[in-house]
Amino acid sequence: MATVLELRGITKRFPGVLANDHIDLTLNKGEIHALLGENGAGKTTLMNILYGLYKPDEGEIYIHGQKVSIDTPSASIAAGVGMVHQHFMLIPVFTITENVMLGEESMRGGLFLDRETAAGRIREISESYGLAVNPYAYVKDLAVGVQQRVEIIKLLYREADILILDEPTAVLTPQEADDLFKIMRNLAAAGKSIIFITHKLREVLDVADRITVIRLGHVVGSTTPSEASQRSLASMMVGREVILHVDRAPATPGKPVLTVENLQVLDDRNNLAVDGVSLEVREGEILGVAGVQGNGQTELVEALTGLRAPLSGKIAMLEKDITHAAPRAITELGAGHIPEDRQEDGLVLTYSVADNLALQTYYRPPFAKGPVLQERTILSNAVDLIEKFDVRTPGPAIRVGALSGGNQQKVIVAREFSRPTRLMIASQPTRGLDVGSIEYIHSRLVEKRNEGTAVLMVSSELDEILELSDRIAVIYRGRIVDVLQAGEATKELLGLLMAGIDPMEARKLGAEKAG
Amino acid sequence: MAQRKSNTPQSPESKAKRKNPATILFEEVSGGSLAVPLLAILSGLLLGGLIIVLTTEEMYARIAGGDILGGLGTGIGAALKSYAALFTGSIGDPGRIFSALQNGDALSIRRAFNPFLESLVQSTPYIFAGLAVALGFRTGLFNIGAEGQLFIGALASVWVGFSLEGLPSIIHIPLALLAGAAGGALWGFIPGLLKAKAGAHEVINTIMMNYVAFRLSEYLLRGPLRRPETFNPVSPFIEDSAKLPRFFEAPIRFHLGFFIALGLAYVVYYFLFKTTWGFNLRTVGANPHAARYAGINIVWSTMLAMSLSGALAGLAGANEVLGVNYNLAVAFSSGYGFDAIALALLGKSHPLGVVLSALLFGFLRNGAIRMQVSAGIPIDIISVLQAFIIAFIAAPAIVRTIYRVRLQTEGETTFVSGWGGS
Ligand SMILES: Nc1ncnc2c1ncn2[C@@H]1O[C@H](COP(=O)(O)OP(=O)(O)OP(=O)(O)O)[C@@H](O)[C@H]1O
Ligand SMILES: [Mg+2]
Repeated sequence: MATVLELRGITKRFPGVLANDHIDLTLNKGEIHALLGENGAGKTTLMNILYGLYKPDEGEIYIHGQKVSIDTPSASIAAGVGMVHQHFMLIPVFTITENVMLGEESMRGGLFLDRETAAGRIREISESYGLAVNPYAYVKDLAVGVQQRVEIIKLLYREADILILDEPTAVLTPQEADDLFKIMRNLAAAGKSIIFITHKLREVLDVADRITVIRLGHVVGSTTPSEASQRSLASMMVGREVILHVDRAPATPGKPVLTVENLQVLDDRNNLAVDGVSLEVREGEILGVAGVQGNGQTELVEALTGLRAPLSGKIAMLEKDITHAAPRAITELGAGHIPEDRQEDGLVLTYSVADNLALQTYYRPPFAKGPVLQERTILSNAVDLIEKFDVRTPGPAIRVGALSGGNQQKVIVAREFSRPTRLMIASQPTRGLDVGSIEYIHSRLVEKRNEGTAVLMVSSELDEILELSDRIAVIYRGRIVDVLQAGEATKELLGLLMAGIDPMEARKLGAEKAG
Repeated sequence: MAQRKSNTPQSPESKAKRKNPATILFEEVSGGSLAVPLLAILSGLLLGGLIIVLTTEEMYARIAGGDILGGLGTGIGAALKSYAALFTGSIGDPGRIFSALQNGDALSIRRAFNPFLESLVQSTPYIFAGLAVALGFRTGLFNIGAEGQLFIGALASVWVGFSLEGLPSIIHIPLALLAGAAGGALWGFIPGLLKAKAGAHEVINTIMMNYVAFRLSEYLLRGPLRRPETFNPVSPFIEDSAKLPRFFEAPIRFHLGFFIALGLAYVVYYFLFKTTWGFNLRTVGANPHAARYAGINIVWSTMLAMSLSGALAGLAGANEVLGVNYNLAVAFSSGYGFDAIALALLGKSHPLGVVLSALLFGFLRNGAIRMQVSAGIPIDIISVLQAFIIAFIAAPAIVRTIYRVRLQTEGETTFVSGWGGS
């Protein structure tokens, strides 16, 4: 097979970090090459170098055997490299066509945008690779999975033949992820080459042709799905055996900590997103909320944490009415919150790691004496937590925005877990984390529960829900359609319930499938 | 092969102990990129010089006469002469300073240093107003209304200054300053309230409040606050007890206000970076979503920030009334409140940066007067110069490209987006 891309000895240093250490990598024509590695291993950095966002300190890039120098994204696009970032770079109020044309406008008569021709090409592209989209739809109306397709179309429109996808599945539903894999296979079959970054080992084994594992900035090895297993990949990444299951004793639930009665919440567009939810979370249990993303989970959690005013209904925590309480009042009652969108809600990216680790408690002793911040305490608290939660950072004073995605998540988890809490509301707590960190956070969640904390965990990962929950509430279109005991839940049953199948029907079908 | 240098946290003490407060302050203001402002200033000066050259009519006359080199020489000579005048006008004549120091005559020493001291006087309102705008920026608020707040502050303090009689200075001065701060605070609070409660954009409302302030002061100065013995719209002179003390005999106007401004810059720094209130405001400015998540009251923070910002701008007005003019006329401000926006940007919204930029602006303004008198260059060239500097600051990419400065930390992290750390 022809080699389309070769990276030789790529090295990149950041202040205090060797992010890439003489990395060699080859990519063949028509290949899906998975890049695996712990949080902070240097995957994104390597891809940003290939995409011209960072300049390597050492090393060479060869495309089709030619040495190239890529120092801007436009140089990289010209060389046929395209990248889909984790956060999409689309303009919501533009149509798909306009978004795709942006920066590459084809003109008619030198003055008018030629939307028809562009739309035609988009249709061609979408038909030949199975990327179904309507060129005239507005981006703001699209589901996440479709927006991602638009990003891929943008690359193909610019005739990229090396595609980089950085954690594309982290925000997708399992169904959307399967669609993406189909598209990726079509692209590979048509001769495109793909570099695919993910933390989900199952996906790697499903879709990759070749797998390269990076640890601490250098390549530790290459393998193929037929030679590897989840277990072997995990230990290659982390450098030790990873236990993919958490041991936990049956729950011994105590008093109710959180009670929700008939809650109704509107979303940003004033649609009823949460439609009469009632639930209860008790001391010492983990209640998992399972559901396809966009079924009201976000609004439910926002209402519970005081970030969104409910329309009607009642929320009580420890027998206090918190229906209209401010976020801080709820925090002070002993609630912890791992928010779904870590960069928007959970962190101030321009602040240091230390300040972010004190974000919920900076105004109280020991972090403040009266109105005066105690910088030393804030700093030494950070040093402790960085060590305890294995946050990979050059130091506590580094801007949190400079950390890798997974390490940013660890900063939030460390902050929320290090406080005494009676209630922990965790939204997608392990999104973007490597297996080692997931193992760690799972065991800490169980530990919290064993200490008597009530845990409400919202996750779109069925494995995570099944692994940790003592009870599982399934949410569909803003309603809790069923609550299952840990023992009776299976992946099949959950899948059916999440798709809106009537519980009675679903149980029957689920039993048939299992049997 | 190089080992991964450090993945483990360094102890905070090891770092904190080695640095003294000054370096920490310096690093905070520069953010590792002091190069850009300095190069922007340099570029501004060069371009300003070029404009002086290009507008020298004599140069064209000589070039037209065939004397190209001589013509260019004239042009460049004019620019050099202008900048020399700018220098002596703002800092002083080195020869004069030297000889004055040598013969030790107190009067001539004072005279020799007067340009320098006068520049400090000119810088003082810039410091106050710059701090006002910077505090707003830090909270994510664009306070365009510093000029109006400054007028209201001046009105309040002049009124306290002339209407209260028989007070000792130690009471009268603080009272007059406080009145200025309160007036400005009120003028900032109103748009703050509208923003916080009704979501009305502060840019629009502070601009509106400017007009109200201008008209209000005109009305007051023509009516209730007019000095009885004149028909001009000027207020009575303030009582001696309200005047900020001057350190030297006339004509040197250098007064206490400068040190008050410096002290306040430190207070603002401490407030913003060392207290929980400052943390609140900065967090609201840096990421309002995260601020809400962290339990910060955004409504309250917005109102507080606008009021404090207004108070600082009001003090700029009070300072001019109590330290320089001793009365209030309609045209007393030469747009300090507007220049302050540029200045806060130049100073990266950091109090130390603001002080440095305010000094730059004050020295330029003061030197420009001399430049106009002795080199015949219109004082407006200073506005052009400031505009260039601001343009370069606002578009650091230009400066970086021209001077090939590679600013690792800043330049690269602008690309960091997305929670994949990518
Ligand atoms: N702009 C930057 N400035 C300073 N350090 C950085 C910057 N970008 C990345 N780093 C550091 O480089 C290292 C590698 O980061 P990178 O984002 O490449 O990790 P990653 O493998 O993509 O991890 P994740 O799976 O968590 O996304 C990390 O230690 C990170 O802190
Ligand atoms: Mg990454």
